[in-house]
Amino acid sequence: MTSATATAPTGLETGAPRRGLASKIVDRIGGGAVQVIMILLGLFWLVPTLGLLVVSMRTTQVNNAEGWWTIFTKPAELTLQNYADLLASGFTASFWNTVAITVPTTILVIGIAAMAAYAFAWMEFPGRDLSFLVVVGLLIVPIQIALIPIASFYGGIGIFGSIPGVVLFHTAFGLPFAIFLLRNFFVGIPASLLEAARMDGAPEWRIFVSVVFPLGKPAIASLGIFQFLWVWNDMLIALVFANPENQPMTKALQSQMRQFGSNVDILSSGAFLSLIIPLVLFFAFQRYFVQGMMAGSVK
Amino acid sequence: MTERLDGPQVPPAEIAGGPSTGPAETPRKQRRLGPSPAVAIAFLLPAALLLGIWVVYPIVYSIFRSLFDSVGTGFVGLGNYATIFTDGGMLTTIRNNLIWVVVAPIVVTTLGLIFAVLTERIRWSTAFKLIVFMPMAVSLMAAGVIFRLVYEQSPDKGLANAVLTTVHDTFSSSQGYPEARPREGDQSPVADDGGAVVTKQPAQAGQPVMIPIVGVKQGLMPTDAQPAKAPAVGDGLSGVVWFDFTPGGGGTSGAVDGSEKGLPGMTVEAVQNGQVTATTTTAGDGSFQFEGLAAGSYVVRLPKSNFEAAYGGLSWLGPTLITPAIIGAFVWVWAGFAMVLIAAGLAAIPRDALEAARIDGATEWQVFRKITVPLLSPVLLVVFVTMIINTLKVFDLVFIIAPASVQPQANVIALEMWRVSFGGGNNQGLGSALSVFLLILVLPFMIMNIRRFKRGES
Repeated sequence: MTSATATAPTGLETGAPRRGLASKIVDRIGGGAVQVIMILLGLFWLVPTLGLLVVSMRTTQVNNAEGWWTIFTKPAELTLQNYADLLASGFTASFWNTVAITVPTTILVIGIAAMAAYAFAWMEFPGRDLSFLVVVGLLIVPIQIALIPIASFYGGIGIFGSIPGVVLFHTAFGLPFAIFLLRNFFVGIPASLLEAARMDGAPEWRIFVSVVFPLGKPAIASLGIFQFLWVWNDMLIALVFANPENQPMTKALQSQMRQFGSNVDILSSGAFLSLIIPLVLFFAFQRYFVQGMMAGSVK
Repeated sequence: MTERLDGPQVPPAEIAGGPSTGPAETPRKQRRLGPSPAVAIAFLLPAALLLGIWVVYPIVYSIFRSLFDSVGTGFVGLGNYATIFTDGGMLTTIRNNLIWVVVAPIVVTTLGLIFAVLTERIRWSTAFKLIVFMPMAVSLMAAGVIFRLVYEQSPDKGLANAVLTTVHDTFSSSQGYPEARPREGDQSPVADDGGAVVTKQPAQAGQPVMIPIVGVKQGLMPTDAQPAKAPAVGDGLSGVVWFDFTPGGGGTSGAVDGSEKGLPGMTVEAVQNGQVTATTTTAGDGSFQFEGLAAGSYVVRLPKSNFEAAYGGLSWLGPTLITPAIIGAFVWVWAGFAMVLIAAGLAAIPRDALEAARIDGATEWQVFRKITVPLLSPVLLVVFVTMIINTLKVFDLVFIIAPASVQPQANVIALEMWRVSFGGGNNQGLGSALSVFLLILVLPFMIMNIRRFKRGES
């Protein structure tokens, strides 16, 4: 649905005399220029990632000798050796750490936020509106503010460096956005459905589980995708709160950055491995991703 | 997979965070069957505990902690804040954040707007949106590695400099013969002229111009250089540029001897009355010829660019360009976000308004400027503010892209906060002050969000 095809017929229907053959030709040429510009821009966005992929599939010697784009003349240089080396080096442990941090966080955020969002949307209690404004305010609190206090708090209760510590930190900072997103969605649930359930004397937890939660699926899916990617991709929280044996991929890779030139094999293959799952999720659920982004864009 | 990337067409007011409260507001107030506040509190308790301990308490703690010294025992009042605004390194950090906040949101929003408008004019807009939006799913860590590779110094490895040098060489065709110079002496037909090489006598068509060059560095002789050959006397102005040096000795100065090679890729200019009237490039055997030059006498000149070292691109990761380079990576990551939001806003604009203006004879630019942009302004504001907040908090990209040696020049507040408190500095007083400073910087936007939300609710 390009606007060129959309405007031309309309112009003819209204009988505007100005849109003659000449302006059509101008449109064509202009359209051609737009095509070229868009192709170039598309390449500009695509090529850097492609470069990472090619670099990750060539040996360090080859990468240090020539640019990855020479692959088009020498496709035989491609190898999976870097990936084999990476998996043999214990990188798999950090992959599983990433999973062990991301999955529980996503589940906790969804569960806890959905409960709170239901209360904010459909229950009466003193101070409800004011406390929701606090949640809106907390949406953009920089996580830096909590690094030092929580580090000393974790030190005190003995969970500094552990995966539960990282998960709880992520969960807490994921909540404002999650509550905001879900509350705004739950508010739109038809009141009649809830009234009917309450009339039947169903307890609130049952209404929550069997009415609100199923109806909220689209918003919960958006939130889930967002939360998952956010935690999967985090580096700062891991840097502070995960010790080396519990570190996720981002932190494991960061520790290799200092010798970028000699570690380019590990870094490129590791970075590429770390982004496969986000990319698959993104392509599979992009609709939810975009919806979540729009609904929560005050963040 | 075939789903449109812009999904449901949310009108701008809803994108702006104003939820659809209309239908729910009334029933909520009329309800009599609701649960007791105790049940509500039970539902809220887990969230309240987490937010209280992990978010609210740390704000209070950090404010107090920022008033104490590095170990937390000595009260220093506002001393840590004074450090932020007096220490030289800190001032660079603040200056960098200022550059970020001024440049990045404008670039991202403008690009997003341009992309959103242009995608409406191509048939493969879904593919384009997916490509540009994709970096949003990638970790900033991975994006950092991607751009470290793009910004590699050597044009043989870094894509940015490879493109720059290719473009540069296409336009200036500088092969680069650094330290090469004209053969000197009274017999020589050429002389040095401020780095360029010019003929002493005006040259005319029909008389080959001989330009002997010496001092071409070993290893810089192009592989495609062929034995020099004076061009056949033709109609136009022609001549030869060659390396007037016979390997192994012998040969006559100022004359093309059998084994001497031409210098390919030299830019040659024909100059008349101080004006360059024609430009050409030497062939593999060093010969050149000006086509279609008016008759008359010319000075033949080899411009200075021939004698400069081959162009090697920019040092993206050096201290001067590091912040713009990282902003480039940031734009790459966030342009898709801006594009998708703005495209959704664009789709919600009533088409009739645009059509009416076009029928009234408005040009596309006028329609864009006077109708599209004003109608989009709420979305543009949301994108812009989101980007300001993101630039204030920027951390990962700087940490990953800037090599350790230039991190002081690339530093930003969020990174400095981590460095002084955890990355070796071990000064949690100053670190707390920096985090409070960061909180104060985002405070106006927090208030703005709350206001906008309240407006949307009522």
